[in-house]
Amino acid sequence: MNFLLKRSNNFREYLKKALTIDDVDERLNRLFNLAQFQLGYVDMIQVDKAILSFSKYAETEFKHVRLAILSSCTIDHLLPAIRVSGLRRRLLIDIYTVAYGQYRQELLDPTSSLYTFDPDVVIFSLTAHESIANIPLAASNEQVESALLHSVSELCGHWRKAHKNFNATVIQQSFLNVSEPLFGSYDRFVPAAPTRLISRLNEQLAEAASSEGVLWFDLTQACIRDGIDFWFDLTHWLQGKIEIAPQAAASYGDLLVRMIAALKGLSKKCLVLDLDNTLWGGVIGDDGMDGIVMGEGSAVGEAYLGLQRYVKMLKERGIILAVCSKNDLATAQMVFTDHPEILLELSDIAIFVANWNDKVENLRLIARQLNIGLDSLVFIDDNPVERARVRECLSMVAVPELPDDPAYYARCIANSGYFEACGFTVEDRQRTDQYIANHDRKTLQSISQNMDEFLLGLEMSVVFGFTTSLDLGRVTQLFNKTNQFNTTTRRYTKEEIKRFSTDPEMLVLQFRLEDRFGDNGLVSAIILSGKQSELSILEIENWVMSCRVFGRQLEDEVMNIVTEIAKQRGIHTLHASFVPTKKNSVIRELFEKLGFSKVPSQTDDGITRWVINLPDYVNRSTFITHKTKT
Amino acid sequence: MTEEKLLTIFTQILQNLLDDQSIVLTMETKRHDVPDWDSFNYINFIVAVEMELGIKFKVADVESFLSVGDIVDSAKLLIG
Repeated sequence: MNFLLKRSNNFREYLKKALTIDDVDERLNRLFNLAQFQLGYVDMIQVDKAILSFSKYAETEFKHVRLAILSSCTIDHLLPAIRVSGLRRRLLIDIYTVAYGQYRQELLDPTSSLYTFDPDVVIFSLTAHESIANIPLAASNEQVESALLHSVSELCGHWRKAHKNFNATVIQQSFLNVSEPLFGSYDRFVPAAPTRLISRLNEQLAEAASSEGVLWFDLTQACIRDGIDFWFDLTHWLQGKIEIAPQAAASYGDLLVRMIAALKGLSKKCLVLDLDNTLWGGVIGDDGMDGIVMGEGSAVGEAYLGLQRYVKMLKERGIILAVCSKNDLATAQMVFTDHPEILLELSDIAIFVANWNDKVENLRLIARQLNIGLDSLVFIDDNPVERARVRECLSMVAVPELPDDPAYYARCIANSGYFEACGFTVEDRQRTDQYIANHDRKTLQSISQNMDEFLLGLEMSVVFGFTTSLDLGRVTQLFNKTNQFNTTTRRYTKEEIKRFSTDPEMLVLQFRLEDRFGDNGLVSAIILSGKQSELSILEIENWVMSCRVFGRQLEDEVMNIVTEIAKQRGIHTLHASFVPTKKNSVIRELFEKLGFSKVPSQTDDGITRWVINLPDYVNRSTFITHKTKT
Repeated sequence: MTEEKLLTIFTQILQNLLDDQSIVLTMETKRHDVPDWDSFNYINFIVAVEMELGIKFKVADVESFLSVGDIVDSAKLLIG
């Protein structure tokens, strides 16, 4: 369940708050948000109680499902996890369970409470014991096959009953293979060895389910991934005939519910991908084509290819792909057209959005253009700040919590189950091409109407100060690795920066940006130098800013701060140069925007020179407050 | 881990499990002393304790627990 956020320490507080809300939808939405966290066993029970406090007929925007669990062992401990997982996928699940081992009788008796309940989903969650109990170890292959067939046809009869009487979707859970090996690996060749019996039974049953239109809940897949010791705990089995271990309850609930969600049309339809450090290693705008990491020959490069390969297969099974990246459109698309190692092609992407706008707005745009709901999107981004913001502003968008290691990005997407399907049709295979044809890979740019609102809501503050010996490493690195917002692209050694920062003629200033979602780190630095001959003039030697904080007005606030400091020092005029490179076109108009005037120049090297008289500088209005250096 | 620490953890777990902040467990507390602490919630309690402390009681342990004190003693041994 690592695709969910780590449990918040404020969990109980949130829960308490949710319970004070009277409006049904509002309260359910609060609980829905809580269900997006990894919850402990008791947490789950508490959230479940909160869900159960609603009438099961309450009119809400969440879908109601009536689920009957026909089981031959104890499952009470799974019910909270099933209902909470339901809420996580916007379902309100009303559960009916039969008394221990009574499922046959209830199915056969039209006056039973099962009939009154009238389920729309029925799951058979059985232990293997009774199906294989009487097969002797010496039985031949034919005897084993016919004994298993007998068990399978009995179950087929139950399935048909459930189909016919309730018009319900039937789900058969695979049998847990909890037997101990008898011979060892040789079990595979002994028809009636217990481990072999159960795996063979599962095979036969899955085939029968497929032809009967019954869905197969493949716990075997989960056991292979997590290990049987996670799923089955002999102590609890002996104590209370609990087959699914309590520690696996959360996984069980989510795995089951994602199938039900798929049935109800609530699976996600579109995967929205960030690019830099998500689809490849590095930042294309800064590192360039030969600097980004992707491709065979390097472990990290192959890790990113692994994700691309998985994403491409998702596309082939009908998942729409979109790109949402903070980048120059042309720069970003060039990777898809020109990089020799990339597996994804531009034609795989239904909508390609690369700009410097807020991703929340871009996601809205993507949903609108594809004509699907925001609740059909899964957003993949390596940057925790972007993820947090999308979760906060668009709670209906699924945002898997990516691990730190890109090697596991694909697994994280797979484990999240957001794209669970209960079928695979010809239409699925063609779907993405249709979307692509419809939109002709429109590349989109949108200006947020609510930009001010968005920026205000970020509660940004800048922490700034003169660079000291403590910060030299990070400041030097920022100057040397930043290519996009870099006014002169001069590079420096640590010793040079150190000298500048102690030179009375020069100023080295650094800026961190904090917002409601956390600290973005040291994101901008500027070097100014004076001339002994002209005491009232300062020249912007170089100025860099990380692309992470583009579009946040930080450049305006930095200039406010710089002019203020300059004025205090009796400076009258600021000079600046812009040295164009292949990568810094994003700030071509920076100085003009900030109110500088262009100095007429005779050279044709493309370098532009700028000047501003400080008394003329009009403070730029921003949504960033100041914090003194900490 | 001390007896006291374990009792605090156990108390918190049971308070949350039964939604009753007035519960205070002592070494002498028995299940029937606490309203709503039925057999289902007893299993839930044991499971929650196991997960919280990262321990596993033995099959025989759970059947032999007569009081909270027995669970504390057993947990203490398992934590080592």
